[in-house]
Amino acid sequence: MAKPPDCSHCQKQATIHLTQIINNQIKKLDFCEGCPHQQGVTDPAGFSLAELLAQSEKDAEPIETDQSGTTCVTCGFAPNDFKKLGRLGCPDCYDNLESLIEPMLERMHRGTKHVGKLPDHLIHRVRMKAKIKQAEYALQHAIANEAFEDAAKLRDELKALKSAFDSGNFDSADHADRTA
Amino acid sequence: MPRTFYAKMQIQPLIDGKSELTHAAEPPQEVVISSRVRLARNLQGHPFPGWAKAAQRRAVLTECEEAIAGLGIMQKGSVLEIEKLSDLEKQVLVERHLISRELSAHGAGAGVIVSSDQVAAIMINEEDHLRIQVLRSGYHFDDIWQVIDEIDTALEDKIDYAFSEEIGYLTACPTNVGTGLRASVMMHLPGLVLSSQMEKVVRAVNQLGMVVRGLFGEGSDASGSLFQISNQQTLGESEIEIIRRLGNVIDTIKEQEVNARLRLIENEPQKLADKIGRAYGILQHGHVLSSSEAMNFLSLIRLAVDLGILPVEQRAQVDRLFLESQPGHIQFAARENIDSEGRDIARARMLREETRIMPPLNFDKLAFS
Repeated sequence: MAKPPDCSHCQKQATIHLTQIINNQIKKLDFCEGCPHQQGVTDPAGFSLAELLAQSEKDAEPIETDQSGTTCVTCGFAPNDFKKLGRLGCPDCYDNLESLIEPMLERMHRGTKHVGKLPDHLIHRVRMKAKIKQAEYALQHAIANEAFEDAAKLRDELKALKSAFDSGNFDSADHADRTA
Repeated sequence: MPRTFYAKMQIQPLIDGKSELTHAAEPPQEVVISSRVRLARNLQGHPFPGWAKAAQRRAVLTECEEAIAGLGIMQKGSVLEIEKLSDLEKQVLVERHLISRELSAHGAGAGVIVSSDQVAAIMINEEDHLRIQVLRSGYHFDDIWQVIDEIDTALEDKIDYAFSEEIGYLTACPTNVGTGLRASVMMHLPGLVLSSQMEKVVRAVNQLGMVVRGLFGEGSDASGSLFQISNQQTLGESEIEIIRRLGNVIDTIKEQEVNARLRLIENEPQKLADKIGRAYGILQHGHVLSSSEAMNFLSLIRLAVDLGILPVEQRAQVDRLFLESQPGHIQFAARENIDSEGRDIARARMLREETRIMPPLNFDKLAFS
């Protein structure tokens, strides 16, 4: 008789076997008696086979080559932490641990590009900040070149931008961007 | 647990108030019990709750609470910090789908804000910083999306969300990245369960990238023939597309359920009538009822309503009793600490009183040969 499979989580002998079909592919996971509970399998509200697969498939991949000991410079999160927690450390992990996350997204989702809702307010805030920075730079440049007439104009513009940003009124100062 | 503890219950207003799941404005529908959408959102520049230190989680809680307090829908809502709730209160909130089991296990900085009609609930420091949920009785995704979109946009005016133009809203688990949207429907599928077709349905639904879960039972046990069907993928499709695709799956399952019921009526009318009759009798006269038994009997009463054996008005009562038969709700109503056996007795007593004046069963619609 073939040797029973090992637990996908702790390598003990597996007695519980899960099968799910995702995108026409059969995915299987095996667990010992103790692990499904820890993994949330017994909690119908919290269990997703996709999350477990993401972890176990990652386990199966050559961690050294894929992750090469990189940690997220923002929060110190390491690929091994994902193995333990099944969650990331901070939003910057998506950039800093891209080689770990990108293949997972391809497996999990219908596409790899966001085509949904955009946070309009946030996008406008980012644009406004960039405009303020540009105006500040232009002002410094004008002062350095003793172009005082330009500097006075730029100072007024900068003031208007800052006051629009502080009041959250993007419509007046950022109208062109919104309608673009 | 000291008796006086019950006097201090913070969730009492939620129990006393008219909620969407117990007193919906519109009459409940056949098959689809409720629908909900949740959005996962996070704050820029903060570690995700599972990686954050207690002080960082508390800072996120404060920032989110301030932003949420300004929302029109949350005026007169309940603001609850998980650390300050008893285990029983947390269980009641889980049973009412206002918080998740995961949030109930969290300590520092975990909280929930619930609108007074319990349609909207925002969890703070669950898996993500924000989990916004809107829930309605019946099938109402258009309304739900409109409400949750407005809440999200209003919050986004105050909070800098973690967002990438490439992969959308950034979430603690990559399974939620993109739209951060999970749409789900709670369906009552006794026809498919009685005719042993659920396994086939689960397989077909999984192939379409959707997930089927038992809702109230422990583990995969779907007592009461209640199932939650939701999307699994969140990236590469717009919110509207995800909801539309789920809607198509729901319509198909509904059709299958109706067909399964028709076949049961045609092929085994007596067996079906017997099951309904026994459920009716035990609910009216039983003295010890476990949660799972109660759910299964209530499910048969709901089926009886759908088949015209009981008047349509009874459906709302059944939906309320699905909730009020849960262990936490029975314990809460008892107002003293009772063990599991005591709860089974209290549950049977409550259900006897509730069903005492239920109209008689009218089997005319089932044509016995």
